[in-house]
Amino acid sequence: MNYFVLVGILIVVAGFALRLNPLLVVAVAAIATGLIAGKPLLAVVAAFGKAFNDSRIVTIIYILLPVIGLLERYGLQQRARTLIGGMRRATTGRLLVAYLLFRQVFASFGLTSVAGHAQTVRPLVAPMAEAAAEKQHPDIDEAGRERVKAMAAATDNVGNFFGEDIFLAVGSILLIVGFLGQNGIRVEPLQLSVYAIPTAVLAFLIHSARLLWMDRRLSSPSPSDGEGERPKGGGGVAGEAATTPLHQASPGPPTHVSHGEELS
Amino acid sequence: MIGLQPLYGLTGAVFAAFALLSVGDRTNRKRFGNAAFWGLIAISFFFGDLLGDLGNGFLVLALVALAGFGALGRGQPPTTSAEEKAESSRRRGNALFLPALVIPVTALLGTLFLKNSGWIEPKQVTLVSLGAGVLLALAVGYAWLRPPALAPLQEGRRLMDSVGWAAILPQMLAALGAVFALAGVGDVVGGIAGRILPEGSLFAAVAVYALGMAVFTMIMGNAFAAFPVMTGAVALPILIRGFHGDPAAICAIGMLAGFCGTLMTPMAANFNIVPAALLDLKDRNAVVKAQVATAIPLLACNVLLIYFLGF
Repeated sequence: MNYFVLVGILIVVAGFALRLNPLLVVAVAAIATGLIAGKPLLAVVAAFGKAFNDSRIVTIIYILLPVIGLLERYGLQQRARTLIGGMRRATTGRLLVAYLLFRQVFASFGLTSVAGHAQTVRPLVAPMAEAAAEKQHPDIDEAGRERVKAMAAATDNVGNFFGEDIFLAVGSILLIVGFLGQNGIRVEPLQLSVYAIPTAVLAFLIHSARLLWMDRRLSSPSPSDGEGERPKGGGGVAGEAATTPLHQASPGPPTHVSHGEELS
Repeated sequence: MIGLQPLYGLTGAVFAAFALLSVGDRTNRKRFGNAAFWGLIAISFFFGDLLGDLGNGFLVLALVALAGFGALGRGQPPTTSAEEKAESSRRRGNALFLPALVIPVTALLGTLFLKNSGWIEPKQVTLVSLGAGVLLALAVGYAWLRPPALAPLQEGRRLMDSVGWAAILPQMLAALGAVFALAGVGDVVGGIAGRILPEGSLFAAVAVYALGMAVFTMIMGNAFAAFPVMTGAVALPILIRGFHGDPAAICAIGMLAGFCGTLMTPMAANFNIVPAALLDLKDRNAVVKAQVATAIPLLACNVLLIYFLGF
C-alpha cells in the first residue's frame, strides 16, 4: 500500500486552515494525490475532469435562484421578518423555541435564505430576545446579555443546519448523491432527506430543552444578588447608581463613576 | 423518457443567462470574470459529455484559476427599492411564500406518482420533478407578480454573485472524493482503521465514522470537505462494503454528524464568527460556546441513529 496518497488529505486540511482559496486547495490536492499514485499529469487532469463532469448533479441547485430572487424582489424577506416580529415574546426561551421551529420548517421547504444572521438575527431575533430577558431579569448584567444574544445566533444555526437537509435540493444532499454515484452506488435524494428527519427532531428537542432551561435561570434571582425580593425596576437601578460612587470613592478615576448611570 | 439531460440543459441555460447578463453589468468592475466563470459552468452543463475527460479537466482548471486569482466580483442588477419591497410584502402577505413551496411539493408529488409512469427515468424522477417544480414556480410567479421579463434571471444573478466561486465547491469536493478513490486513499485509511478498530466491532466503526466526520469538520470548518475524506476512508470500505449497511442512512446521518462539528468550530467563520461580530459580542467565540451543549448530545444521537437505522 502507498501511504503517501494520504498527502492529499493533509493538503486539504492545511490549505483550509491557511484560508487559501478552497477551489485551489481542492484542485492541488486532487492533482498531488493522482501524481503520488503514479499517474502521469495529463491523466490526472483528465481523471479530475471526468469526475467533475460526472458530479454535475451537485450544482443543479442553483436553478432555484431565479424563483427565490423573484420572490425577494416582491418582499419575501420583509414578509419573513414580519412573521418573526409577530412572534409572542413572553419569555426569551419560548421566543427562541418559536424561532427555532420557524427556521427548521422554512429551511426544510428550501427557504433557507429568508432568515439568517444578517437578515433576521441581528435586526430582530437578538433584540427581541434581549428585551424579553430584561423583563424576566431586570438587573441582567452584560455577560447575561451576551449569553442571550449568542444563544439567538446559535438558535439560527441549529435551525438552519438541521432543517435544510430535509429539503431535497441542497448542496449536502446532492454531494452525497454525487459522491456515492462516483463509487457505483445509486441513492435517491428523497431517501437521504427522509433520514435527515430523526436528527432534525432530536435537534429541536435538545436545543429547545436548553432554551427553556435558560428561561428558568433567567427568571430565578441569581445567587449573587443577595437582596432577594427588592422592588424591581427604578428602585434597583437607583440603588446601584447610589452605591457605585461610594465603592470607588477615593481612588476611582472619574470616568468610572459614569458607569453607574449606564445601567439606567 | 426524460432523464437528467433536460435538467442539465435547464441548468446550463440558467448559468448562460447569468453569464450574458453579467457582461452588460457596468456596476461590476470584474464583470468579465463573472461572465467567464458562469459561462464555463454553462458550457460544462451543455457540452460536458462532448468535451472529453481532458477537455473537462482543463475547464475545471480554468474555473479554479478564475477563482484563485480573484477574477469574480459582485454585480448589482436593477431591483425594487426597500419601500416597494415593504409595500408589496404588506399587500401580498404570506402568499409570497407559496410560489417557493411549489418546488418541493412538485418534487414530492412527482416522486410519488410519476415513478412508474414511463415518462421519466425512474432513478431520476425526484430531480426531474424538482426541475419541473422550478419551471412551474416561475410560471406562477410571472402570472401573479407580472415582473419585467428578465427580472427572475437578474435577481437570480444577484444571488448567484453573492455565492460566487463557492457555488462549485461541493461539486469540486465530490470530484476530489472520486480522485481519492482512484488513488486508493480509502483502501489505505480503511487498512489503518481495520488494524486499530476492535475486530468486527460495528459500533466502534460507526462511532469512528461519526466522530471522525465531526472532528474533520472542526479542523476544516466545512462538513462538505470532510465528507469525501471520511466517507471514502471509513464508511465505504468498512460500514457499507464490510458490514453491508444502508448507504443512504449512513451518509445522510454522517453528514449531519459533520454539521455537529460545524457548530463547534471557529473555522466555520460564516456561521460562528461573523454573527458574533454582527451582534457586537465581546467574545468572538461566544456563539460557538452557546452551541457546544447542543452539538455534543446531538452528535451522540447521530452515532446511535447510524447504528440503528443503517444496519
